[in-house]
Amino acid sequence: MTESESGGVRPPGAPIIEAKGISKQWGSVHALHQVDFNVYPGEVVGLVGDNGAGKSTLINIIAGALHPTTGSIYINGKEVNLKSPTEARDAGIETVYQDLALAPDLAIWANLFLGREIVKGGILKWFGWLDRKAMIERAVSDLERTQIRIASVGQRVGRLSGGQRQAVAVGRAVAWGSHVVLMDEPTAALGVEQQARVAELIRTVAGNGVPVVLISHNLPQVHEVCDRIVVLFRGRIVAEVSPKDTSIDQIVSYITGSSLPTPSGAAAATAE
Amino acid sequence: MALALKKKTEAGVGVARDEEAGQSWFQDLLGRVGQFWTLGILVLLIVLFGTIAPTMYTQAAWNSTSGYAVEYLILAIGETFVILTGGIDLAVGATMGFSGMAGALVMQHLIGANGGHQALASVLGIGTMLVAGMAIGMVNGLIITKMKIPPFIVTLGTMTAIMGGTDLLNNGGEVTSLSNFMNTLGSSTFAGGWLNYPVVVALLASVVASLYLTRTRFGMRTFSIGSNEIAARRAGINVDRHLIRIYMISGLMSGIAAVVVTAALASANATTGTANDNLYAIASVIIGGASIFGGRGTILGTFIGTSIIAVLETGLVLANVAPFWQQVAIGLIIVSAVAIDRVRVKAGTD
Repeated sequence: MTESESGGVRPPGAPIIEAKGISKQWGSVHALHQVDFNVYPGEVVGLVGDNGAGKSTLINIIAGALHPTTGSIYINGKEVNLKSPTEARDAGIETVYQDLALAPDLAIWANLFLGREIVKGGILKWFGWLDRKAMIERAVSDLERTQIRIASVGQRVGRLSGGQRQAVAVGRAVAWGSHVVLMDEPTAALGVEQQARVAELIRTVAGNGVPVVLISHNLPQVHEVCDRIVVLFRGRIVAEVSPKDTSIDQIVSYITGSSLPTPSGAAAATAE
Repeated sequence: MALALKKKTEAGVGVARDEEAGQSWFQDLLGRVGQFWTLGILVLLIVLFGTIAPTMYTQAAWNSTSGYAVEYLILAIGETFVILTGGIDLAVGATMGFSGMAGALVMQHLIGANGGHQALASVLGIGTMLVAGMAIGMVNGLIITKMKIPPFIVTLGTMTAIMGGTDLLNNGGEVTSLSNFMNTLGSSTFAGGWLNYPVVVALLASVVASLYLTRTRFGMRTFSIGSNEIAARRAGINVDRHLIRIYMISGLMSGIAAVVVTAALASANATTGTANDNLYAIASVIIGGASIFGGRGTILGTFIGTSIIAVLETGLVLANVAPFWQQVAIGLIIVSAVAIDRVRVKAGTD
């Protein structure tokens, strides 16, 4: 598929992340079938589809948690072989998991730095002596940059509300994700106001140049927040649309497989 | 921007306290008292026993109490590391017994009939105790992580096997020919008879363990594994390797306890560590406010928990109460500790 075939939905320029010809097979089950998925700088891409359409499989492959049966992933044009989530994170791919993956007994700053702690230099380095001051200061500035409102980074995460926890998880991903932030149902457990705040946060992140891939069942939100929406149906990409000229009802019809985009659309070619 | 750095709430990695808005004064009280109620119990017990039996405040009573406390405290420090990860080590007492016996046999062999290699006997004997403890811990850790068998089952098995192993080492007998250094370690006192080496070792171990848990990367990761193991794995932490190290620390503490107890008794005995030792170590940690599910607990809490058990042990004897009551009392305190903690957590969060 080329730029012209995508119907002008994709932003100009080279993609940061390129997943080419990705297939994933478990025995006779094809979870993904020859999927091409790109992420461009500064955009918010929505990844939608019914349960079992392959969204989570695709995200997990990009996040290094699953290995594709065939296909390859390129970061800034360079092929990478992501053997584990740790390798993906080291490559600048951060994921906000549905369960948030926070340690409730640790302070906010400790959660932000878990696994990437700053330690003091000199002989103290040998003991893995934490540089709390540096981590606390950076946590404050990282969260400030993402405009997340939290009283104190010294608070235990277990004491935060659902929305605040969400904000911490997103803030952590944003602080570390230099190439892309993947979000799996980031607003599923949130109230209306908090959903709006997360949406705002997603826009802020993308505005800073780091693209966000958003998986969500919340179509109105996807429609509002995303620059581009990719629809998966039974392991294939069936549509790639701009929310500006596609209604929610149309997207729903692609998700359920009851209709396909017009022939000029990118996806029709793939789906046929 | 309401984001501000409050110095007050930076307390500990895993134990940060914070003032939450919107709590009633009652919840607030529970939240605050909960942290310190065990210290209150300890003070209360000391005053109570002192009133009934004024001998409680003598040097003899202190030496007896600290004697008990030292062994339980060293074992409980190792147990704290394990419980913080959400695990449990039932084998700490048995490991102490086995390590002590193994090291004592090395000493006996090197000293021989004519009091030969004293220095070598001390170094290799003590070394054996520490290494044997760590080795048993490593075996526990490996089975728990690689075979994915719950720590309770694994350490129940190793506890039983190790007790048999201790008997096998010396046919259930006692070893009394220890190096001179061991005898000095066990018998010298200073500060007018109020202090001895075992007490110093236990206090030092407490300080080091506390700093290690609250100030280092290893400590932070220990709390995180107990708090949310999946989160720790996703953060790229090698949880299996970390847990193996945790059980090795527990084993090492059993080895240190073996050195101290063998020195204090001037002998290695096959029955050492086969009584209530491991249960009291676990009880100390739980009374000290640690969560049995991991993620929450402090060495200071464990220290207080151990002190309560040791004070009960001496106090009930001095107060002429049948020693059987001691176990009843400890049992009641364990259950109340957890019950009060439940209420406290409910009041303090969400």
